[in-house]
Amino acid sequence: MSAPFQKLPTWVEVGVIPLVNVVVAFLVAGLVVLFIGENPLEAVKILIWGALGFGEGVGFTLFYTTNFIFTGLAVAVAFHAGLFNIGGEGQAYLGGLGVAVAALALDRYVPWWVTLPVATVLAALFGAAWALIPAYLQAKRGSHIVITTIMFNFIASSLMVWLLVDHLSPVGSMQPETRTFEAGGTLPELGGLFHLFGADMGAAPANISIFVALAACVFVYYFIWRTKIGYEIRATGLNPTAAVYAGISTVKITIVTMLVSGGLAGLMALNPVMGDQQRLQIDFVQGAGFVGIAVALMGRAHPVGVVLAAFLFGMLYQGGAELAFDMPTISRDMIVVIQALVILFAGALEHMFRPGIGRAFALMSTSQRERVVAEEERS
Amino acid sequence: MMSGDEVPGRMPGELDMQAPAAIALSGISKSFGAVQANRDIDLLVEEGTIHGIVGENGAGKSTLMSILYGFYEADSGDIFVRGEKRKITSPDDAIKAGIGMVHQHFMLVDNFTVLENVILGAEGGTLLKAGVSRARAELKRLEREYELQVDPDAVVGDLPVGLQQRVEILKALFRGADTLILDEPTGVLTPSEADHLFRILRQLKSQGKTVILITHKLREIMAITDNVSIMRRGEIVATLETAETTPEQLAELMVGRHVLLRVEKGEAAPGAPLLTVTNLSVVDGNGVARVSDVSFEVRAGEIVGIAGVSGNGQSELLEALSGIRPATSGEIRLADGEDLARRADPAMRRRSKLAHVPEDRHRMGLVMGFEENENAILGYHRDKAYGRGVFLDRSAIEAEAREKMQQYDIRPPDPRLKTANFSGGNQQKIVLAREMERDPDVLLVGQPTRGVDIGAIEFIHHQLVAMRDAGKAILLVSVELDEIRALSDRILVMFSGKIVGERGPQASEGELGLMMAGVTPEEGEGESAEEAQAEGEMGRASAAEPKA
Repeated sequence: MSAPFQKLPTWVEVGVIPLVNVVVAFLVAGLVVLFIGENPLEAVKILIWGALGFGEGVGFTLFYTTNFIFTGLAVAVAFHAGLFNIGGEGQAYLGGLGVAVAALALDRYVPWWVTLPVATVLAALFGAAWALIPAYLQAKRGSHIVITTIMFNFIASSLMVWLLVDHLSPVGSMQPETRTFEAGGTLPELGGLFHLFGADMGAAPANISIFVALAACVFVYYFIWRTKIGYEIRATGLNPTAAVYAGISTVKITIVTMLVSGGLAGLMALNPVMGDQQRLQIDFVQGAGFVGIAVALMGRAHPVGVVLAAFLFGMLYQGGAELAFDMPTISRDMIVVIQALVILFAGALEHMFRPGIGRAFALMSTSQRERVVAEEERS
Repeated sequence: MMSGDEVPGRMPGELDMQAPAAIALSGISKSFGAVQANRDIDLLVEEGTIHGIVGENGAGKSTLMSILYGFYEADSGDIFVRGEKRKITSPDDAIKAGIGMVHQHFMLVDNFTVLENVILGAEGGTLLKAGVSRARAELKRLEREYELQVDPDAVVGDLPVGLQQRVEILKALFRGADTLILDEPTGVLTPSEADHLFRILRQLKSQGKTVILITHKLREIMAITDNVSIMRRGEIVATLETAETTPEQLAELMVGRHVLLRVEKGEAAPGAPLLTVTNLSVVDGNGVARVSDVSFEVRAGEIVGIAGVSGNGQSELLEALSGIRPATSGEIRLADGEDLARRADPAMRRRSKLAHVPEDRHRMGLVMGFEENENAILGYHRDKAYGRGVFLDRSAIEAEAREKMQQYDIRPPDPRLKTANFSGGNQQKIVLAREMERDPDVLLVGQPTRGVDIGAIEFIHHQLVAMRDAGKAILLVSVELDEIRALSDRILVMFSGKIVGERGPQASEGELGLMMAGVTPEEGEGESAEEAQAEGEMGRASAAEPKA
């Protein structure tokens, strides 16, 4: 009787519980909206309509979703090895450098579909390299990865300012950014796809990097659950002592996992750098690395969950912007409060409703109880 | 399933006795989700008796006692203390009702003194001073009355486990407990420490205290209890007077079928040495010598048992032999004769046909969050049979797991089930199946039956003997002296990191017990057990200090 709660069916685990968490987060957010004198129902309507109600809104939602899928996957992969990679922000930032190097070198000579694979590889390499140093310090020196990855975010930020201001910005320009890429260094937008459904994406920046993100999901699934190294990563994350017993090298697992995690975070740069702005700008990551933590938590470190959670946060970002515009009393900061509530309930208070739901579920399914008892009888 | 009318002896649940019972439980039920841990339990513990509760792992003993001590609240049912109905929803309520508990894992602050630990939570006022002097006087009295000698100013972390347990008992008595619950109290004790504990318990009983003893060791039940309740699958299947029952009957009631308590095995036919250890020493990260200068060999076709109280270097020895931690000095050789001591690489040892069933399946042997089939390949997952290249061949792994589950009768036979959802005995079988079915030359086995029910113990012992008879070398480490004596062809006794002696399987429990406490009788001489016992009692305090 060491486990006080029974195992819940998967659909409850990955469906009902996150849903309840989100609903409660919205209810509390509704109270906040009520408190500042606005109608919460109206606010929810604006938020959802802003995110999904028209082509351009959907385009923006998908753009943000793409960012969060990449950073969410990065954090999720590290989770499986029991590592907490807070450095997605810095790794994505460095990934941008990789994208820019590829685009600046190739955009005048080859079409985008040649540049894209090169940029993908370089983005992943740069992001992975930025995660390698904290990984090495954790594996060999025991420096806690949470501390080192956070510090590396700051180092990345300073490094990129220096590069952009002093080296990458074109001669004569006062902007801390590279030159705008030519056609060979830009990703096609999804406007055409929208037209097929009779919608207009307007100025929204959603682009084909979303397919790279979905491919990354498939990769992560196979990597974690189907390969030998993925098996070793999960063993290490779930029980490091058993992993050592099994002859698995913790040093190797820490480094490999962080390289993959950093690489995924680096890929995120494809979307804003090559897809949206088509140049490397200062601070283009805009917190996506940190949102990735919430996305991975909420998505239970599973690619499918990550996609769903990333979409939710994409909606919150785009719908929130719309809401701030339509309801002036709800400022940008209020939107952050609402997002924070979702993170709070989905991440920090993840297990709050679990016992209750478990009990309710047990009561609901007496048939299941009978089956369990019968099984015990037999054994 | 046995029903109430088959219960011999007294009927539990009759509350209209002349003297109210110390504890009476009536109709207690408790479920966790869909699992019913306790089902309609009636239990009557009479005042001034020692009442044993036995049952297999997961039978619901701990849950029942947790309800009585207020850790859990029962879904239904009532608790009566001395005839008075009490609502116990926290340990605080339990203490107020005069119920004390000594946990299996002690709840002590290691760097506090005995006195500080005893008054913790019962300091009596803002200023410590008054409480301390009162406690000191009280401790004196308890010491006198119950043979509970322990220095009140000793730091708890420096005391041997036997004394730490006494501190736990003192804590409960200091809070005015009339009823004392002890959860598997002898698991960490040497036989002579256990004897002393039993003397204390008898003393408590003679002073009118009530003791509830939870254990899975039938011998203890027979030795000390007045009454015994047997639990199976969340129910009390019988409550008997100990004098009128036998261990065989208890075992049968616990398991629900007839079991063999003895291990059937023939003579060993040892062959060539397959594992040779020479002057092996292991120093841990804090610079403490855990294993010092140990030499022995294990030959083909024999089981060598290592007896010893937990924490005397057995774990470190196993880890060094299996390549989990490097040896500081000395040599480890397998049949091929190469010295492996310095190469701490578990994967390499496995390839050299050395298998290892770790002492603690939760901590080391299994990944509880894995599906069963994933644990069935742990450590062997790089094997070609489980997939070529970078990918794992899930269907091959599952097919093999299914086969092994059938062979070892692992239930439920579902390789996709999460490992944590198997019972202790079945989890242990998962580990054994994995390590034994590789056909190793040398098998290291640590605590093969810890937390395993009687039915599974029978099976595991049988498998180990079968491996021995197939010409394998088996090194068995166990803190259960009975198990060591039943299985081993030779017994090595470990104390404070050293092997203090070797005996045959006929060695008496008293003799081995003394050696486990660090007292080495004259080699091969027939010192009488009683004499040795008395000497052991006196020598224990000094012997328990590790010889660094």
